[in-house]
Amino acid sequence: MRLQRLLLGAVAAFALSAFSISGTMAQPKPIKIGFSMALTGGLAGAGKAALIGMEIWRDDVNKKGGLLSRPVEFVYYDDATQPANVPGIYTKLLDVDKVDLVVSSYGTNEIAPAMPIVMRKKLTFPSLFGLAVNDEFKYDRYFQIMPAGPEPKTDWSKGFFELALQQKPQPKTVAIVAADAEFALNAAAGARTNANKMGFQIVYDKTYPPSTTDFTPIVRAIQATNPDIVYVGSYPPDSTGMVKAANEVGLKAKLFGGGMVGLQFAAIQKNLGPLLNGVVNYDFWVPEPTLNFPGVKEFLAKYQEAAKGKGVDPLGHYLPPYAYAYLEVLGQSVVAVKSLDQAKIAAHMHKTTFDTVVGKVKFGANGEWAKSRVLMVQFRDVQKDNLEQFAGPGKRVVLYPKEWKSGEIVYPYKQ
Amino acid sequence: MKSAAFWGSLLALLAAGLALTEAFENEYYFNALYLILQGTLMAVAWNVLGGFTGYVNFGSAGFFAMGAYTTVALNKAFGLPLPLLILAGGAVGGLVGLGLGYLTLRLKGVYFAIATLAMAIVIETLVNNWSYVGGAKGSYLLTPEEYLWFKSYIQMLFIVMLLLTLAAVAVSRMLSASRLGRGLAAIRDDEVAAECSGVPTLRLKLISTTVMGAMMGVAGAPFPFFVTFVDPVSAFNLFIAVNAIAMPMIGGTSHWIGPVIGALLVGSTQEVVKVTVSSELNVLIVGVMLVVFITLAPQGIVGLARKYWRARPS
Amino acid sequence: MLSADLLANAVVAGILLGGFYAAVALGLAIVFGQLDIVNIAHPAFVIVGSYIAYILNSRFGFDPVLIGFAAAPVFFFVGALIYRVYFLAFERTGQESLSGLAFFFGVMFIIEVSLILVYGVDYRLVQAEYIGQTWSIGFVDLPLRMLVPFAMSVALTAGIYLYLSRTFMGRAIQAVAQDRLALQLMGANPVRVKQWAFGLGVATAAIAGAMLIIIGPVEPSVGRLYIGRAFAIVVLGGMGSIQGMFIAALILGVVESMVSTFVGPSWSPAVAFGVLALTLALRPAGLFGR
Repeated sequence: MRLQRLLLGAVAAFALSAFSISGTMAQPKPIKIGFSMALTGGLAGAGKAALIGMEIWRDDVNKKGGLLSRPVEFVYYDDATQPANVPGIYTKLLDVDKVDLVVSSYGTNEIAPAMPIVMRKKLTFPSLFGLAVNDEFKYDRYFQIMPAGPEPKTDWSKGFFELALQQKPQPKTVAIVAADAEFALNAAAGARTNANKMGFQIVYDKTYPPSTTDFTPIVRAIQATNPDIVYVGSYPPDSTGMVKAANEVGLKAKLFGGGMVGLQFAAIQKNLGPLLNGVVNYDFWVPEPTLNFPGVKEFLAKYQEAAKGKGVDPLGHYLPPYAYAYLEVLGQSVVAVKSLDQAKIAAHMHKTTFDTVVGKVKFGANGEWAKSRVLMVQFRDVQKDNLEQFAGPGKRVVLYPKEWKSGEIVYPYKQ
Repeated sequence: MKSAAFWGSLLALLAAGLALTEAFENEYYFNALYLILQGTLMAVAWNVLGGFTGYVNFGSAGFFAMGAYTTVALNKAFGLPLPLLILAGGAVGGLVGLGLGYLTLRLKGVYFAIATLAMAIVIETLVNNWSYVGGAKGSYLLTPEEYLWFKSYIQMLFIVMLLLTLAAVAVSRMLSASRLGRGLAAIRDDEVAAECSGVPTLRLKLISTTVMGAMMGVAGAPFPFFVTFVDPVSAFNLFIAVNAIAMPMIGGTSHWIGPVIGALLVGSTQEVVKVTVSSELNVLIVGVMLVVFITLAPQGIVGLARKYWRARPS
Repeated sequence: MLSADLLANAVVAGILLGGFYAAVALGLAIVFGQLDIVNIAHPAFVIVGSYIAYILNSRFGFDPVLIGFAAAPVFFFVGALIYRVYFLAFERTGQESLSGLAFFFGVMFIIEVSLILVYGVDYRLVQAEYIGQTWSIGFVDLPLRMLVPFAMSVALTAGIYLYLSRTFMGRAIQAVAQDRLALQLMGANPVRVKQWAFGLGVATAAIAGAMLIIIGPVEPSVGRLYIGRAFAIVVLGGMGSIQGMFIAALILGVVESMVSTFVGPSWSPAVAFGVLALTLALRPAGLFGR
């Protein structure tokens, strides 16, 4: 009799607890990650590509059961590449949508306006490609996934000048030219500092308005000063213009390139083709054997599939892997500290070396990478009108830093 | 609108704004309202020259940015408090407006509009090359440490913008009802005839451009604190210029309340779309609203209302 | 610094660039210069032309300039249609100028967003044999990427100029803005004439767009950069004067090029628009204005 009652009680207790467990397990509250992203406007090409990379991360994580056994959801709005939209969006995300975690939009102009808000709420803020934003704010929970290095403004161009120093005979004069816009000017300022520190003589140092149509007068003016090396800070349309003009004018420089955004984008690489040969430019990831990090090839395959027909970069080598990575470090931290506590997450992010699709990531005290990994890459053997050649190694050889080097420089820059 | 009713409504709106800051901590609404109010202020300012006087200003972004960059420069140099920065922004905007008036003495219609566009581009190039305020690199402005009794600085900025907008509406109304306003309307309708009737057209035009410039400078002055990072691209934005024209046109340019209605309608729609539909469609909204309203209601909402009242049996 | 080589090349580069600017401003010179219609959406039509050139060039490999000329008749019809709407909504009721301006602002945004929705915001470029080649005459370089658009622009401008001055329709277009009543008395329908002119203006956008994408990469918002330049050129040249517009475009191109080479590129826009502002202050009718 007692055994029967005991059994009945056990079954009842079991049923009750199973009921309640299944009740909560049926609807686990999702973890909401909020952000704004440039889906229209000047940076939309990159923003949309980044979003695709981020969604792949979300799907990968959810396939494995989510974070802390909860599914991950995104809440995001288009900031239209307008800084004025960012404060409103982030306050909506935090105060109305009540997201659990935030990450940044893409680009300095879109990251900076969110800083005061996340600082006041003491949130951990993984950021996507903004140059030296934290120099102004000095926020201890800011983390920048762009591998510029602890001193972003100078680390950016250091490799270019160090490569120049290694050549014999050593080049003496440098021309610096940049677009009149945030990133390019910062890159040029860093180049100036590096040039002075390393003993180069600056013979040309001017900027141009981004609306410039024809670059031949500028390249000619540069040529007239006979520089040994030419450092350019530019955005996609002007990068294209400069490369084309350099070829048309027949620029005779020993080293050409440096900080040209856009030469990492598939459509532009395809169009410029052999005109790119010899150019030494920055990049963050190229399909060279030295950079074959675990997971990156699988990620790119998924990205390239998802990017079809969306009007974004078809290869996705530049921004998407880092968009995946800045969520990876956040997600791994959440799992490691087993909570959504911002302080714990930030502390973990500061002291850990993460394994991501872009390799090992370690943040320094100011939120930038502890060690710079701005690659100096040289275009080689590029054929005309061929997109697929860029999918594999050999066309963008890594020259610097030493630990990622995959080939020797072809010097001087030949047309 | 009768005086008492008008001033009463202004005070009521101010009180409502203050009540809002007490009731809500949620910052998002204040961010959105700030932008709507900024748009209203710009629309009211534009209408002083555009609707009242009949001169179309394409370069509104130039005046706005002057106000913003005056704040950046003075804040960096002297660390002035916000009210003084606003006064300075207004003064600079007004001076530039006065200058514009002088330089464009003989220009009418579309020539004047092109001149304003040229002026905005020249100012933008000057700012781009002015390294003290960061040039094209942009400038960071840390948000104000003090925000009086409010719960956050965005609440304070919201109340500031509310005050400025209400003041501008009051000025606009005073202008339109005054002798000055009648002179402006005469210029708008037929400048030559006005000149012949003894209206001091030059003086009135100068007053008009100065008032417009000052109001737009005032609208731009708190902007750096709102957005924290200012660069010429975002300050000299095409949208600021387009909204400044679109809002009064949709609301109706002939009456002082037109730009207010237009700004509230278009501004709210933009804010709502920003956080619901999002994406390219934001820009489409402005385009479609403009085309639809201008085609179907060329006199704006005010014009529609007037037609409706006239059509009603008395 | 001031060598003959550098100077000559700066001037030549400026001329080539100015020729291209003229192609963009040509449509506006017809529509705004002759008809006083403030079509601020004209650069947006040029961008559509660029995209048409891109699509057919990347799909079939056709030469962009040929695509431009082939697309021009289609643009003509679209232009005529848009004018119809504009006329019915505004000109008939006498509401033009400000309302027309706002209308075209709206059209500009709608075009831009439609392009974004369909093609995204990635930069588009075209391929052609002559892009990248350079001819040299002595120490003067003529990159074909700039020379071909220049030559096309000269041909186009000359063609439009001759059309306006030699044919009946052309002269009717010139007349309709000057004296509408007289035109009616001479038996031409002013509305049809204006419609024809507007279509012509938009048709030139197809060709200008092809030129634009030969010179450099294009994405939907690039049109905004040309609004100021196009209007400045028409006003500087003088309303109603095609040859004035061309000269003004060359002046603008050369000024930009010289400032870029010898002073510093960042001052080019200020100088160019300063020239415009000065002209408006001293001689509002422009160089050849009526």
